[in-house]
Amino acid sequence: MTEVLVEVDDLKVHFPIKRGAFFDRVVGHVKAVDGVSLRIEKGKTYGLVGESGCGKSTLGRALLQLTKPTGGTVNFDGTELTTLPTKQLRSMRRRMQMIFQDPMSSLDPRQNVESILTEGLQAHGIGGDRAERRKLIAKTLDAVGLPQWALSRYPHEFSGGQRQRIGIARAVVLNPDLIVADEPVSALDVSIQAQVINLLEDLQEELGLTYLVIAHDLAVVRHISDTVGVMYLGALVEEASGDDLYERPLHPYTRALMSAVPVPDPEVEDRRERILLAGDLPSPANPPSGCRFHTRCPWAQPTRCGDERPGLRVIGTGTHRVACHWAEQIESGEIRPHAVTAEVVADGAGAVEAHGTLAAALETPGGPVV
Amino acid sequence: MPLLDVKDLSVTFARRGQRTVRAVDGVSFSVEAGQVVGLVGESGCGKSVTSLALMGLLPKQRGVTVGGSAIFADDTDLLKTDERTMRDIRGRDVAMIFQDPLSSLNPVVPIGVQVTEVLTRHRGMTGDAARKEATDLLNKVGIPDPTRRLKEYPHQLSGGMRQRALIAMAVACKPRLLIADEPTTALDVTIQAQILELLRGLVRESGTALIMITHDLGVVAGICDTVNVLYAGRVVESARRKPLFAEPRHPYTHGLLGSVPRLDSGRGEKLHAIRGSVRDVLPWPDGCAFAPRCDRQVDACVGEPPALVEGIHRHAYRCVNPEPATAEVSS
Amino acid sequence: MSVKTDKIDRLSELSAVKQEEQGVSLWTEAFRRLRRSPSAIIGASILLIFVIVAIIGPWVAPYSPTDTIGIREGVVKSGQGIIPGASAEHWLGYDHQGRDLFSRMLVGARQTLLVGVISTLIGLTIGAIIGGIAGAAAGLGGRVGRWVDNVLMRFVDIMLALPSLLLAVSIAALLGASLTTVMIAVGLVSVPIFARLLRGAMLAQSGGDYVLAATSLGVTRRRIALTHIVPNSLAPVIVQATLTLATAIIEAAALSFLGLGNPDSSVPEWGVMLADAQSYLGIRPGLAIYPALGIIITALGFTLLGEAMREALDPKLRK
Repeated sequence: MTEVLVEVDDLKVHFPIKRGAFFDRVVGHVKAVDGVSLRIEKGKTYGLVGESGCGKSTLGRALLQLTKPTGGTVNFDGTELTTLPTKQLRSMRRRMQMIFQDPMSSLDPRQNVESILTEGLQAHGIGGDRAERRKLIAKTLDAVGLPQWALSRYPHEFSGGQRQRIGIARAVVLNPDLIVADEPVSALDVSIQAQVINLLEDLQEELGLTYLVIAHDLAVVRHISDTVGVMYLGALVEEASGDDLYERPLHPYTRALMSAVPVPDPEVEDRRERILLAGDLPSPANPPSGCRFHTRCPWAQPTRCGDERPGLRVIGTGTHRVACHWAEQIESGEIRPHAVTAEVVADGAGAVEAHGTLAAALETPGGPVV
Repeated sequence: MPLLDVKDLSVTFARRGQRTVRAVDGVSFSVEAGQVVGLVGESGCGKSVTSLALMGLLPKQRGVTVGGSAIFADDTDLLKTDERTMRDIRGRDVAMIFQDPLSSLNPVVPIGVQVTEVLTRHRGMTGDAARKEATDLLNKVGIPDPTRRLKEYPHQLSGGMRQRALIAMAVACKPRLLIADEPTTALDVTIQAQILELLRGLVRESGTALIMITHDLGVVAGICDTVNVLYAGRVVESARRKPLFAEPRHPYTHGLLGSVPRLDSGRGEKLHAIRGSVRDVLPWPDGCAFAPRCDRQVDACVGEPPALVEGIHRHAYRCVNPEPATAEVSS
Repeated sequence: MSVKTDKIDRLSELSAVKQEEQGVSLWTEAFRRLRRSPSAIIGASILLIFVIVAIIGPWVAPYSPTDTIGIREGVVKSGQGIIPGASAEHWLGYDHQGRDLFSRMLVGARQTLLVGVISTLIGLTIGAIIGGIAGAAAGLGGRVGRWVDNVLMRFVDIMLALPSLLLAVSIAALLGASLTTVMIAVGLVSVPIFARLLRGAMLAQSGGDYVLAATSLGVTRRRIALTHIVPNSLAPVIVQATLTLATAIIEAAALSFLGLGNPDSSVPEWGVMLADAQSYLGIRPGLAIYPALGIIITALGFTLLGEAMREALDPKLRK
């Protein structure tokens, strides 16, 4: 049994929506993260996947206490972070680092690489004197595959991939336990993405790092993660090991997401079943009642879906959790998909295709998307 | 006869005090009616510049030179047409869809006005007829409640909707050629799937030709009939979709395919990364631009640019030491 | 290793030569761009001449700027409307009190420069302090910070609402008409500009990813404000300061023209000279034209340099 490094319980982040000319009046809340519970095991990678606006980035930041959670708890290696005083939290930060999506904007353009890498060491008083720090930094540069002459250079003098390596070096130099990587490759060229993904995997092996990788690209997440969590509108809808999730997607949203990810193989593309979702993401300020996905779900039922919010429950092997009232029935084919008309309030679209394609494509509902 | 025949297209940007950049360097390809042709490559490979050159949208200023020819429908050379004729061709015969629908729509004009404008300009429709046609168009691209949407402003629509509106404007005059420049890059995957399905349907039903510009090999695999892979301004490989993916001959194509994590491959399989970055190019006149990053680099790679070799089934590649064809290996 | 693969290695060597060099910081790069800009060079040349004149003016002036030489020699009779123009001895002629205009222009440059620099410095210092505190408080300070920011910014709004002339007249009423009054008045007027500019830039910067990155490294908020946010927010402030130097000189001249400047005309200053010239415009327009030209050309120099700096420092132009 592996040790749990991070345990998140019922985490909530609600941003107030303010209106008013003179006095701010709170007129509502954007429920960016609304009750997420998950565990990240030591030395493993937890992948969080979801589309823009699902709250995955906010969850990552709330976990690191970079955004103050509205409710819930985050336990990091035995320490409760949400109630930790500022000073202790600051020294705790050494152990949990972050890698950002845009390597350019996450590096101070006026700092050279040496100063970028020294900053964290100084903040935590690591490495004593200058010579010792330099040695540590030199070692880190080697580890992330940057040349030593990079030290005196500034971020704008590097290519995108190299900048991301600087961002990784900045996190790794502090010898952290956990790294939260928020879309670490999505801003990079295709040929560079693989370099960075490989680097992250090598570093994990070498340093025993624990990752929380947040990405919109299911293929990237599946490739890098031991456990994958799928988020929709502020909540986890499904969680399983990457292989499990791929072979046996139980939640209708996961199925739709999987069928939408393009695979660079014409044979696969031609044969695959496509579940086209109707419409766009509803507003997180005013999420649908009951199951948040029921407005777009081709399997939605007249009972329960609209008024009872499903929690994550274990199905099958014990590690596969899904938040759907009808997961078993959908899997067995007892419940058949039907066409969904997009709600106009929800900026819906795609109903037209959903009709035609669903009827044709879902002759074999529940089959894996291959 | 192909609908569009691009021959030896080149675009150079010369700026005072700076090195002249050859963004597109002798690109040739042709597009048949009802066909989807993909231009694939990473940032800086010249794919977007190619599309702008074809649309006559490159800045007309000193230092920008366009060479070669692009014969459209057997009679018009898109590269040599004067601005007035080009304005008539754009929107009517050739239309373009951009990556960022928000910046391609006028933010202070309702969607409806923008769509009817196209109809008025190119099809001479006015008043109720134009409004009705606009409603039909929005309906056709899958925008629900089109009569209401027509009165809305771009910022009131979601990203996917805006892209649909833009596609509606592009297909308003039933153009014979559509150029889509990364049309789904700014969108979420589920929305991307909707838009790709829409484009597929349009090509199937109307026989429009589509040039699909993208960096995403997955998108290419799903929609294109033939694919041109660009690197540093030149086509390095060109083939029909299936042979290209089954048997990539150019090491760059091969590397790209190996460096993308696939949804259907398991955890932990090491990705085959291409070393270096797109900055590490050899200038084409000195040899193969990809040579500094290539695993299969040999002596012959340097010295002179490799020629485009045409293999079986019009599968062409620009490489002196190509990846072995699986068919050859097995036989 | 063959000849041809050597060529690739040579290419990488070529880039290796660059690797030996030190990195180029953004300031250095901006300076390089500035050097290539024609308007920066023209602006800087004008200002260089102006500064040199301001420094050495009193020593190279052919006559004393206070010596009423024309009256002594009886050539200037302003009461009768006789003020002779340029001659071989007096290049720009005399002023209404018979003093050598050329010498007064040379010596006056120093006062004019002082007025511009000091009043801009007053505005910049106070504005940067207010804006810096407000920006740091709003960007990083949470609820209390937003309150501090609100108070400071409403104060700045009040300052902005006061007409600059009224402000200057009130200050003059308190301190008496003098060069100091003019400098304080002109300086205070530019406080809101600097405060708002720095605060806005800091707010924009504190939303940046690299600030979040520093926070996640465990760097203290004060250090983040001082080492990241402020340095990255300075560029627009520096540009504004250069542009303000130009307007400060013009505004100071305007206040002097209205009689709020130094009443002791024995100390020449272009603005005061312009003010004094108004009674003699009909007789000798040169008395007004030369100081006015001086002010305009200097202001132009600052403006040209400021605009060139704005372009050079624009992060969007960075490759």
